[in-house]
Amino acid sequence: MPPQIAPIHPAWLRVAHWLNALAVVIMVMSGWRIYNAAPFFAFTFPNGITLGGWLGGALQWHFAGMWLLFFNGLFYLAMNIATGRLWRKFLPVSAGGVARDLVSALRGRLSHADPRRYNQVQRLAYLFVMADIAVLILSGLVLWKSVQFDLLRELMVGYEAARRVHFVAMALLVAFVAVHLAMVALVPRSLLAMIRGK
Amino acid sequence: MSEKRRPPLPGLDGPAILREAGKLLDKRVEQPARRAFLRRGLTLGGLAMLSGCSLSDDEHVEQALSAVSRFNDRVQGWIFDPNKLAPTYPESMITRPFPFNAFYGIDDVPQVDEDSFRLEVTGLVADKRRWRLDELRAMAQVDQVTRHICVEGWSAIGKWGGVPFSDFLKRVGADLSARYVGFKCADDYYTSIDMPTALHPQTILALTYDGRTLPPEYGFPMKLRMPTKLGYKNPKHIQAIFVTNTYPGGYWEDQGYNWFGGS
Repeated sequence: MPPQIAPIHPAWLRVAHWLNALAVVIMVMSGWRIYNAAPFFAFTFPNGITLGGWLGGALQWHFAGMWLLFFNGLFYLAMNIATGRLWRKFLPVSAGGVARDLVSALRGRLSHADPRRYNQVQRLAYLFVMADIAVLILSGLVLWKSVQFDLLRELMVGYEAARRVHFVAMALLVAFVAVHLAMVALVPRSLLAMIRGK
Repeated sequence: MSEKRRPPLPGLDGPAILREAGKLLDKRVEQPARRAFLRRGLTLGGLAMLSGCSLSDDEHVEQALSAVSRFNDRVQGWIFDPNKLAPTYPESMITRPFPFNAFYGIDDVPQVDEDSFRLEVTGLVADKRRWRLDELRAMAQVDQVTRHICVEGWSAIGKWGGVPFSDFLKRVGADLSARYVGFKCADDYYTSIDMPTALHPQTILALTYDGRTLPPEYGFPMKLRMPTKLGYKNPKHIQAIFVTNTYPGGYWEDQGYNWFGGS
């Protein structure tokens, strides 16, 4: 297909994106309820914005959502690598480039003429969120099976440290989602592109 | 503790709320096509999202989540490595005081009388005689300093001593190919575990805590200590042990906690 007709986002990517969005909502909202059962900071999340109704229900959602997050994430990564999209879309990314694009963005001078090309800030943000979800999955494996995944546990400096890693990675993911949604609100056609492909 | 108790269903009349919302919509939206679209968006699922997300109360959602939980039991059975040991710690790292935790307050801890106590052993075992505590104390003892991980997320390190459970199962001639070992407790708690975990080298029938006779708050006369499973899988005040191929469930498991509950 010539590039003008090819969709901005291929269908597989759009499916993976929305499944991931669903998985993230399930995991974060049920995760907040689980955190509330034994908070290690001086706050808890309001139960009204959590999922599951009680600890047992939240755990059921969390341990069901994890399969969606994991297999969809695996599919996304495999397709990104197999199609070469990972390198085409997200690389190269450089500190200078990110700084330049960030300054232009804040001055409102960043061009959105070609939605097929991610600017340097986008590249960094999307690469970051991929790595962050990977950290969430790995630290989550330690919390779920700290005895069986002993190497991962030691990598996270033990069970209790893994709880903090899991929490901080969640907070960074939520921060990403907040910025991501703000950007979508500023450039609404990016939402259409993620739904219709063009 | 309160978090562990399942809340009652919210006192909302879902269908009535939907009917009411439908009527309001009909008055405001003139175009029939738009009206139909909006009405279709009004579902019980959508309503559940608005009323504090008790989606789990929907019967179909609950069934689906339970099915995934059963699937997760099987996955954990596959992942479980019978030779992989939980980490052990120096005694200096023991959490003091070790937290008391149960589905009731510390004032309601059952007081079991040692002289009249007999451990009942039933099901797929060759020797069904009842055990006095002294007889268990006469068997070879081991101890461990391991991390207890609660389903709530917190953890604490403690020291338990007692009889390796695999020794006990062999002594009573248990069918080691059976699927489950079940436990009934003096506080009406009950739970059950898979046979591979029952035979794990760190699974012990604990008679002591921190070198002393197991105190009532930690499960006198005995507790099954498994550092490879979450706290609610480690029964206290055990009165009866049975070996079976029929799924026995458990106090929390029957309310929705994952049955395998392994770490």
